[in-house]
Amino acid sequence: MGLAAVFDWIAPLGDYAFMRRALVATLALSLGSAPLGCLLVLRRMSLVGDAMAHAVLPGAAAGFLLAGLSLPAMSLGGFVAALLVAAAAGFVTRATPQREDASFAAFYLIALALGVLMVSSRGSSVDLMHLLFGSVLAVDEVALLQMAAVSSVTLAVLAVAYRPLVLDSVDPGFLRSVGGRGGWAHGLLLVLLVANLVSAFQAMGTLMAVGLMMLPAAAARFWAASLPGLFGVATGIGALAGVIGLLLSYHAELPSGPAIVLVCGAAYLLSVLVGPRDGVLLRRRAALRHRTG
Amino acid sequence: MSAAAFALHDLTVSYRGHPAVHHLSGEFRRGALTAIVGPNGAGKSTLLAALGGQRPDHGGRIEGPAPQRVAYLPQAAELDRSFPLTVHELAAMGLWRALGWWRGLSTDQRRRVDDALAAVGLSGFGGRLIGELSAGQLQRALFARLLLQDAEVILLDEPFNALDAGTTADLLALLPRWRSEGRTVIAVLHDLTQVHAHFDEVLVLARERVAWGPTAEVLRAESMFRARQQAEAWDAQAPWCDARSAA
Repeated sequence: MGLAAVFDWIAPLGDYAFMRRALVATLALSLGSAPLGCLLVLRRMSLVGDAMAHAVLPGAAAGFLLAGLSLPAMSLGGFVAALLVAAAAGFVTRATPQREDASFAAFYLIALALGVLMVSSRGSSVDLMHLLFGSVLAVDEVALLQMAAVSSVTLAVLAVAYRPLVLDSVDPGFLRSVGGRGGWAHGLLLVLLVANLVSAFQAMGTLMAVGLMMLPAAAARFWAASLPGLFGVATGIGALAGVIGLLLSYHAELPSGPAIVLVCGAAYLLSVLVGPRDGVLLRRRAALRHRTG
Repeated sequence: MSAAAFALHDLTVSYRGHPAVHHLSGEFRRGALTAIVGPNGAGKSTLLAALGGQRPDHGGRIEGPAPQRVAYLPQAAELDRSFPLTVHELAAMGLWRALGWWRGLSTDQRRRVDDALAAVGLSGFGGRLIGELSAGQLQRALFARLLLQDAEVILLDEPFNALDAGTTADLLALLPRWRSEGRTVIAVLHDLTQVHAHFDEVLVLARERVAWGPTAEVLRAESMFRARQQAEAWDAQAPWCDARSAA
């Protein structure tokens, strides 16, 4: 493929207003969600992201039923619903011996079923597909502003709370013993997580939004050792996957959300195989060299 | 300034709903190295956690320094070793009170971190990730963090457990240095040879005070024998004592 062909392939990003908006949207999303995803992965909260993505649905559906396809109404509803699920799961974890993973699973499944029921009672299956998988090519100004705002706030909050967040993640007992109150770190990450999922759900859909957050973060671990390194690699993978996924979706007429997440997935699989830090192939080669040497 | 680093008045601390330390009164002498010994289940770790401010719902009274002047190294630290943090960063956590949320390390503080790492035999390890350390090296790094906390009282819960002889000797060597700096050290230990060789005072605990005083006097076979007997008489269904209502 010549250089001209490459330019032809990426040209739609500049040629069409909807592609320009979609490009900015995916870049904004990956800027905010990549570092957040890294912290969640390190704190073993990867599946909490998935649970929250499902928990958004009944709230978004309620917003849809009450106000139609209004982004602010659906976002607000989704935000509240997900936080309610998190609060309920947290309450059961504290009040009973049940572990957090089980209580989160219980509440998000209830929320998911409730959401599907609400949408199907009034809307068509097209509406449901829209909620579940989004449409990055239909992002309007309001959605774009919302994503940029959430992304900026996320980065600002992570920057301000960086040190206590890291300390609480590494050694919560130490933070308590020196008088730092770290109990809020878990809650803060949950709120940021939900805000990012909600801001992404028009573009990616509730189920796909978590993919752009978790896959680059999970992949970064095979390339970088330090926390800033992980942030950088994850953001890079997310942004690149966003651009490639968008173009694939444009040229092959695929739904954009799954296309972007699948490119993230390809980056993840590639990292598992050839990543310089603990990648499968590298380990194999090292083992072989050891055996013959 | 009182001669006691901690004064306990009729202290009762429970662990998982059962009182683990009963009606304990006495004083930890300021500037001394005190060892807490006793059989398993004697409430040693529970007492140390209470001194470290980690068991706020106790009965009786603890008189001691403000929590920020106390450094506490628990036995099973909640440390996540897979987190991508360097040894230098781990030790620098000891400066948390000086740094807070945002301040960066000054050149002087950076040098103090390096000095602390050198003091525990980890020169040149600053850039390593904590996940790459052996158990002994990690404990050395945690001692460097203690050094930097610059605390009046240092609480250690079985600090030399599962460490090799070399590491134990290196870390034990820090104790006289702390004493010469006027700090108080209270350590839960089970190796009586260590206690004999390095500690000024001993508290023999078996849920209650069995003996408390200068090491040579206390560490006689008799009090250890009594401690063992009391711990073996432990009753898991023991009723609540009225420490809380009496307090």
